[in-house]
Formats: sequence, structure tokens, C-alpha cells
Amino acid sequence: MGMTITQKILAGAANKEKMVPGELVDANIDVVMCHDVTTPSAVSMLLEKGIDRVFDAEKIVVTPDHFQPGKDVKSAELHKRLDKWAKRHKIKHYYKIGKAGVCHALLPEQGHIRPGQVIVGGDSHTCTYGAFAAFSTGIGSTDLAAAIATGKLWFKVPESIKLVLHGSLGPGVYSKDVILAVIARIGTDGALYKAMEFVGSALAEMSMEARMTMTNMAIEAGAKNGIIGFDETTEKYLDEHLTDGQDYTVYESDSDAEYVATEEFDCSKIEPIVAFPHLPSGGVPITECAGKEMDQAYIGSCTNGRIEDLRVAARILKGRKASVRTIIVPATPMIWKQAKDEGLFDAFYDADCVIAAPTCGACLGGFMGVLAEGEKCVSTTNRNFVGRMGHPKSEVYLASPATAAASAVEGKLTDPRKYL
Amino acid sequence: MTKAHVYKRDHVNTDEIIPARYLTTDDEAELAKHCMEDLDAEFVSKVKPGDVIVAGEDFGCGSSREHAVWAIRGAKIQTVIAKSFARIFYRNAINCGFYLVESADAVDKIRDGDELEIDFRAGAIKDKTTGADITFGALPDFALEIINDGGLLEHIKKSL
Repeated sequence: MGMTITQKILAGAANKEKMVPGELVDANIDVVMCHDVTTPSAVSMLLEKGIDRVFDAEKIVVTPDHFQPGKDVKSAELHKRLDKWAKRHKIKHYYKIGKAGVCHALLPEQGHIRPGQVIVGGDSHTCTYGAFAAFSTGIGSTDLAAAIATGKLWFKVPESIKLVLHGSLGPGVYSKDVILAVIARIGTDGALYKAMEFVGSALAEMSMEARMTMTNMAIEAGAKNGIIGFDETTEKYLDEHLTDGQDYTVYESDSDAEYVATEEFDCSKIEPIVAFPHLPSGGVPITECAGKEMDQAYIGSCTNGRIEDLRVAARILKGRKASVRTIIVPATPMIWKQAKDEGLFDAFYDADCVIAAPTCGACLGGFMGVLAEGEKCVSTTNRNFVGRMGHPKSEVYLASPATAAASAVEGKLTDPRKYL
Repeated sequence: MTKAHVYKRDHVNTDEIIPARYLTTDDEAELAKHCMEDLDAEFVSKVKPGDVIVAGEDFGCGSSREHAVWAIRGAKIQTVIAKSFARIFYRNAINCGFYLVESADAVDKIRDGDELEIDFRAGAIKDKTTGADITFGALPDFALEIINDGGLLEHIKKSL
């Protein structure tokens, strides 16, 4: 029996030839991602246990993002704790305010992610980096503390589910619609504890940004990791973003690798989808839900705050007016600058949108767009749980940047295809 | 006395267990004040030390925030009994040295308000209200070892 790409990466990280699902391994970690919510707690634990050390100051990447710039005194205290620790240990890749951005957009952009790696981060959407043929998973603060101190973590090798994406996406349909369709079919625990491996011809037409939108949401199906094999698109992105000249290892799944399930999707039949509250699996085709009134549109986050997303939104908003509050959050400073240089900000300004600094912000009900009781928001983010963006009686409707922008124009859920 | 607080639903998520608006602190006592707030505003006022939460599939789905485990532990909840757990929550609980019970049978049999007696190592629950004896699969050995050591950091400290 052959091995999946996930098995091979974990085998490599544990210096083993062979690895089977269910096996427990002690894996070496290549990159540890740290942000402002879960890392300060990890640091406090290490101090308390008397193991205030880092396994490798060059393999830890730190960026405040959830509540940055500090939204109140308490979050400022978190940033202070993070800053003190990062400086004390001379963390090489510490992105301070001005260079800090939404972690899962920032790390690939800044060349910290490469194929074959084992990456962990104190954030559930760390599964995003699997788009680069890497094993990447989210962990809590205690695991984070252990990874920071030792560079190792225990893992149970996951079984894999294969998601075959056939065909081409129609106009106005994006990878966000595909992943919402996938989760609508398999459910929010459809891949519990498993690896979600995406394959198929539709991937060839997707940029790395589009692929990251899909692996980002693997956790919304309960998965341990999401993963996509290496191809020319991956190579081109890495050629543009890796700056240290270090090589990487490309693994691929064997043709006789074992999958516990295979789900096939004809992407040409997927329509723009909106996931209704209060689960990401609540996907409804736009043709069946257009017209539902909204109070806010939010375009940003680690799912859809990248330059391509902003371009699509600007194309729809250009020359039009948003009829509800519309908040645009470029995910990193570089994306912010790029959007400005490309004139996207003019389109947003003219359309009466507000443009925020890079932050996770309102995606998790933090700040910069929190919802009042009873309000509805069409959002390009990844979760629509009860109270996610604010009041427990507010509602979040997950959609692509195109659907969010079109809905911003009309003030109600709108099929983006009429504006493209 | 260990009383069961039953939530007859699946996918109780981390935003309900501890909303992100409280993530600016990692103080367990402070987090405990808001435990389960968006699911049941009365939760904190009705639970007593040693009580347990009972829920359906996929408990703890969503964020990696360990604050969810801390809030529950801070509220002096002894354990969570669920049909299944989301993986990061499950892992966080073990790493914190906090016991979980995964058992569909237990969730089906235990009623809200029932008084329980739980033996984690033997994998046995006595429902003193109904008289039912329920068995469950205990945690795997490596997880018990971590819990025994007082959590993951104490566990790894042994080999440092």
C-alpha cells in the first residue's frame, strides 16, 4: 500500500520510511507561527514551568494580527507580552506593526512557507499553508509552548479524504464557492481528524491565493490539515516569494495510496454560494437566496483578504455605491500597498467603503466592524458561528469577495454574475 | 455532587464556549465568568464545582483557542461528555491535563440534572438518578500519561 502526501511528509519529519494512519509520531517542526491571542499564554506557561527558551529563533515567525493595532488596554497588554518575549529571544522573523499582517496571508507572502514542511501555528486556520504541499495544522497554547521550546510535537498520522475537483469554474464562481460547496456536502465534521487532499483539473486554473482560500477552510470541515500537491503554479509562486535560496522537498501521493473516502465535484456546476448562519456548512446557491437584506459587507481575512480578492471586489464596486456599510481589510501591508498602487482604493473610496489596516479584526468580533443585535453581514471570512462577528443575535453569511461586493451594492444578497 | 448539564445539540463551538470578545485575557477565573455565555447565559450561575457538561457530536469545533478549555476548567467543570470532539479542543484538553469522555451511549442515557459518579480510569459512569451503569472507552495510554504528568509541558520537561 502506498502513502499519501500527508503520510510522507510526517514520515520525513519523524525520520521514518513508512507511516500508517493512526500511528503516533514525534515530528520535527519546520515553522512555528505565533500571533497575539494564543502566544502570550504559551509564553506565560513556559515562564511558569521554568523552560523559557526557543528551539530555533529563525524558525519561529511572529506577527500580531487579531487585535492589532491594539484595540483596547487588554489587547495592548497582550501585544506587550508578545513583544517582550520576541525581543528577549531575538526572534528573527518578528513582524512589528507596519509590517504585521493577517498571519495566514503574511507567511506565504514573506517566503516562510515551502513544500514538504511541517508547520504548526497557534491558530486553527494554520491549515491554510497546506496549499503549498506542506503539512500544516492549528494548535492551542500548550502545544504551541511545547513547539516553541522543543521544535517537536506528537501527531497521530491522519487518514485522508480525497476531494476531486473536476471541470472549470464558471464566470463569477471562485474557489470560495467551491470550498463552501464541499463543506455543505460533507458537513462541519465531515473530515474530523482527517487530512483533506484536494486534487483534480480545476486546481490547475487556480492561483495559489485561490488555493489557500480552500485549504484555509479545511478546519471548517473538522480536518486536521488540508493539502494540495505541488505543480507549476506552486513553483512560480515560490520563485517569486522565497528569498533565502534554500531548497525544498516535493512529496506527492502514491497512485495506490489509501483514502477513507473520495468525493467528486463537477466545478462547472457550482454556483456562487452563501453559507447561512450558524455553520459554514449552511451553503445555499445564490439563485435560491438572492434578495435577503444585509446591514454590512466585510471583505478581508485570512480566507479572502488577498490582492486577487480585492481586485474582484473593486471591479464590481467601481463606479457604483455601496448601499450598506462596507469594510475592506487588505490582509497584509504589502497587499494594502499593492491595492493602493493599483487604484483599487479609489474604487472603494468612491463607492463609500471604509479601508482598514491589516487585522483579523471583525472576523472574530474583535473590532473594526463588530455587529449589533439583529444585524446581518455578508462576509468573505470563514466562520458564521453564533456571535462570531459581534452580538449573539447577529448573523454572518459567508460568501466570495464577488458575492460580498455585489451584495454591498444592492444591500442584499446578490448574484455577482450580473456585475461581471 | 456531580450534576449533568445537558445540551442536546451538535457542534457546540469555541465561539459559544468562550466568545472572542473575551480573548484579551488568559486569566482562567476571568474567562470562567463568560463560559458558555452565547449558548446559555445562565450557565455560570447554575453550575457547581464538579458538575459536567453533556453534548452531542463535534464539541469544541472552531478556533484553536485553549481559552475554551480554560473557561470550562475555570468554571470548575469536572469533564465534558460528548459523542465526539473537535480535534484541536480534544488535544488542548489532554495537554492541559483535563479529562474528556467520548461516549454516544452516555450522551443518549444521561438526562439534564442527573447526578453522576465518574471513574475516568475504569471508563465507568454511574447515573445515580436513573441507576444506569454506563461504560466508555478510556483515553489512550499516551494521553493518560500526559494527564498523569499534569499536562504536556510537565510531560516534556521530564525529557529536557
